Amino acid sequence: MKGESVIKVENLTKTFGDFTAVNAITFEVKAGEIFGFLGANGAGKTTAMKMLIGISTPTSGSAQVAGFDVFTNPENIKKNIGYMSQKFALYDDLTVKENITFFGGIYGLSRSKIKEKRSELVAELGLGDIINELVGSLPLGWKQKLSFSVALLHSPKIVFLDEPTGGVDPITRRQFWEMIYKTANNGTTVFVTTHYMDEAEYCDRVSIMVDGKIEALDTPKKLKKQFKAESMNDVFLKLARSPIDN
Amino acid sequence: MNTILYIIQKEFKQIFRNKGMLPIIFILPLLQLVILSNAATFEIKNIKFSYIDNDNTSFSRALIDKFEASTYFNVVSSFSSEKMARSAMLKGEVDVILEIPPYFERDLLKDKKTNLSVIINAIDGAAAGVENVYINQIVQSFNKNAQAALMQPSDFINKPKTITGITSFWYNETLNYKTFMVPGILVLLVTMITLFLSGMNIVREKEIGTLEQMNVTPIRKHQFIIGKLFPFWIIGFGLLTIGLIISKVVFNTPIIGSLGLVYFYTAFYLLVILGMGLFISNFTDTQQQAMFIAWFFVVIFILMSGLFTPIESMPMWAQYLTEFNPIKYFVEVMRMVMLKGADFNDILPQFFKTLGFAILMNGLAVWSYKKTS
Repeated sequence: MKGESVIKVENLTKTFGDFTAVNAITFEVKAGEIFGFLGANGAGKTTAMKMLIGISTPTSGSAQVAGFDVFTNPENIKKNIGYMSQKFALYDDLTVKENITFFGGIYGLSRSKIKEKRSELVAELGLGDIINELVGSLPLGWKQKLSFSVALLHSPKIVFLDEPTGGVDPITRRQFWEMIYKTANNGTTVFVTTHYMDEAEYCDRVSIMVDGKIEALDTPKKLKKQFKAESMNDVFLKLARSPIDN
Repeated sequence: MNTILYIIQKEFKQIFRNKGMLPIIFILPLLQLVILSNAATFEIKNIKFSYIDNDNTSFSRALIDKFEASTYFNVVSSFSSEKMARSAMLKGEVDVILEIPPYFERDLLKDKKTNLSVIINAIDGAAAGVENVYINQIVQSFNKNAQAALMQPSDFINKPKTITGITSFWYNETLNYKTFMVPGILVLLVTMITLFLSGMNIVREKEIGTLEQMNVTPIRKHQFIIGKLFPFWIIGFGLLTIGLIISKVVFNTPIIGSLGLVYFYTAFYLLVILGMGLFISNFTDTQQQAMFIAWFFVVIFILMSGLFTPIESMPMWAQYLTEFNPIKYFVEVMRMVMLKGADFNDILPQFFKTLGFAILMNGLAVWSYKKTS
């Protein structure tokens, strides 16, 4: 399984009128990889991700996710991926338990499977005390961890995380990355966008998008070498600033 | 199938957990039914009546007494001059001025003929027309009595033959306005609440971002839509039931036809409204927009439904437009079944048109709901 491409993207483009949000990007993601998808605000990360998860049809190019084509078979992609959006997307007016049941249910898990998954989550995340609390009343860090776990309920091949650690405290961020590692170790591919360059260092490979194009793609180590930078932060600044300097 | 059950379960939980929404769903419409049914009446009563009696005889006073005795008129004042009366009407203090000419009694006795002047505030033309009829009825009846009193014995032989129509009022013998209004207002509240709730519902998920999450799941379009609409379908029946109970208990509205038929028709009617709500929510991004659009259609549909004003009196083009108004058919069906005891054959035209709308609206709703943009 490891080494095989689960996401194959070639010249993928999305335009909105005259504006090209994503400009002919090409990359591959291997099974079990933690792939960091970096870029400044408005660089086109979220648009690119929406095409990969089958909720936005590309203008041109091609892309296969989990073996299915984004143009012809987006619904089959959806069966094989998990997604955690930038916006918190569990139901605030349902309890933790009800959210787990609902999302398990619509992914077609059986009642007994849902129950099993729920007890697993309760044990892993220590949800025992808050299982019957409304999700809306939980602190953001909790919500994000729960949201991630819910995205994994149906054991997807790939999980897409759109800025999962935005606005959470450093301790929770660290716990979150521990969860990501664990997920990747279990064989799930993790596709993650982030603004935090220290997080980029944790990824197996990263791509950096600038103005709709992928300007760099490699392991953090090689990128630092390539750009003669101390940290991923410097790599990012060199790339993202260059258009302004020119 | 299971997926749909999960969605339905979730929707019901959310609806019943929303403490602000529950009273809006169940209490407001019922207040509406009770208040509107009493208030929305076109019966003209308590007409502010005034007179100028230039004659001051037993005849003229007898005529005024007749107005005093009528339940339609409140005799609010008498004026000594026309000028004062006019200024009172300008201020809105009186609706009707009856001016009795000098020598009213004398002319009547001598010439058997006299004229009265009646001035009616006709800003509301329909009301003025009705007031005119009431006034004429009273004057006619006074006239009859006066002639009888003035008749000589010899006149009895020459008494003119008259034709009198004997009227019987069907379906609403007592001409109770509420009997006419309650079934219609019931339609209004079932429609408004279900349309607004379903219209708001999906847009709300758009706003809070959970719709995107739904779109990333392998959920099928029809599962999502059925799961979303079913709870509101049930709520529609709940509203209808409570409304019917109130119309029976509070207003004693007759329910002559079959209740089963009312529910059967409502089942299809609700599909039209829910499909419409969904269609609206697919084209809007905020609850505010959805609310405005839903409101726009509801107001037009209600005003053109025959609920308050008869469709027959609308101009031809407007009558054609009402053919596309589902509320019109529901109002017709409710009145026909509840008040006339119509059976399924009688409402076939309405039923098939409603069925057509249901298929059309839900087709559009499913078509316009896109998981991939």
